[in-house]
Amino acid sequence: MAEVLSKGVLLAFLSVALGLSAMAKAEEVGDFVQPSSKAAAVENCVEPTEYMRRNHFELIRHQRDETVYGGIRGAKHSLSGCVSCHVGYDRQGTPIEIDAEGQFCSSCHDYAAVEMNCFDCHATVPKGEAWNHEVAAAHAHPTGAAPLAATSAER
Amino acid sequence: MRIRPAQRRSLRPALSGEAVSEASESMKNESEPTNQGRRDFLGAAAGLTAAAVAPGMVLHTVDSEAAAPTGGVSDAHRWGLLVDTSKCADGCTACVDACDQENGLNLQSQPLGDDELKWQNQRATWIRKVKLQDNLTGQVTNLPLMCQHCEHPPCVDVCPTGASFKRADGIVMVDRHTCIGCRYCMMACPYKARSFIHEQVDQKLTRAPRGKGCVESCNLCAHRLDTGDISTACADACSAEGHQALVFGDLKDPTGPLRQALAKKPNRQIRQDLGLNTGVRYAGI
Repeated sequence: MAEVLSKGVLLAFLSVALGLSAMAKAEEVGDFVQPSSKAAAVENCVEPTEYMRRNHFELIRHQRDETVYGGIRGAKHSLSGCVSCHVGYDRQGTPIEIDAEGQFCSSCHDYAAVEMNCFDCHATVPKGEAWNHEVAAAHAHPTGAAPLAATSAER
Repeated sequence: MRIRPAQRRSLRPALSGEAVSEASESMKNESEPTNQGRRDFLGAAAGLTAAAVAPGMVLHTVDSEAAAPTGGVSDAHRWGLLVDTSKCADGCTACVDACDQENGLNLQSQPLGDDELKWQNQRATWIRKVKLQDNLTGQVTNLPLMCQHCEHPPCVDVCPTGASFKRADGIVMVDRHTCIGCRYCMMACPYKARSFIHEQVDQKLTRAPRGKGCVESCNLCAHRLDTGDISTACADACSAEGHQALVFGDLKDPTGPLRQALAKKPNRQIRQDLGLNTGVRYAGI
């Protein structure tokens, strides 16, 4: 019994150690968040960072069907939410295309050598948004630079 | 053949007395203990399943401030339009321009060296202004022609991938994620309402994604409806011009503006003979 227990403890310790080292490595590799983006100022993404790194496409792909077929546009896993939060800004305050070289989406996708074709069709900068959780938050807390009535203003 | 309870009841008087009552009695006696046993089993199974699933289950909660202003599409509504052609002005393109603006169609650019006429024919348009003339009487009718949002859309029938579909609220749309650009729907549409995107589009609006190789058409400003704004760009623009030729609303709401307008004016569908039950109706043609 004692042997089993000690083995279990050893295994648990090993897995924790491995997990920590993997996480540390991921921190070094990752962190493509643009300092000028809104995402830089918040604690983590709509889900924990580690989860988002591995599963963001599952979330986006699921959400896209909800949006196209179900007309649900305000959900937190929407692509327009990704863009509006992660897009970087230049010195003049104009947004830089999120799939431009060195920007949030492309820098990681280039590193991982995974082709991304969201932006063949989707907007690369927040422009003419109907509704997403960023816009919704701006409506809920009309403070700072966030526009008060983004929907009607952008029409 | 299994007989549903309602049918069984209606059949009963037609059959002769004693044999029937005996049969139904025995059925009753037989079925009750069986049902009870099944219920117990199902209850136990449900409990076990819940116990097995619960520890690994993660409940996703939607952030309250991120919640969509509407709970999604339902068949409680069917969106439609009434076009009063007598009010539609010759030469006015307010609805077309507003649609272009709203849905990013004005962001398309003519390919370098492309013939102007060819471009005008091929660029995506969701609304076309059509001018009809009766050759005998000389009467001229102007009307905007867009996707008619059929109840039985031919474009959906022919789509090989299921990309062309009808939403629960009656809006006929294209899911560009599954559209392969075969253009069967364009051939099937009796209204020539659909357009094909031939070239990569540089600028896109967040609310109106658009990419090379997909078919698209009017979606009754679905992004507005989904955010709880019951309006379309074309109808708004027409009213702003003072013509009021377009009335947008819910075909299922008898007290709404659309049904009120439909009840007042004689109207019909274009190609009514096809029996498509369109969501867009025309008065004065």
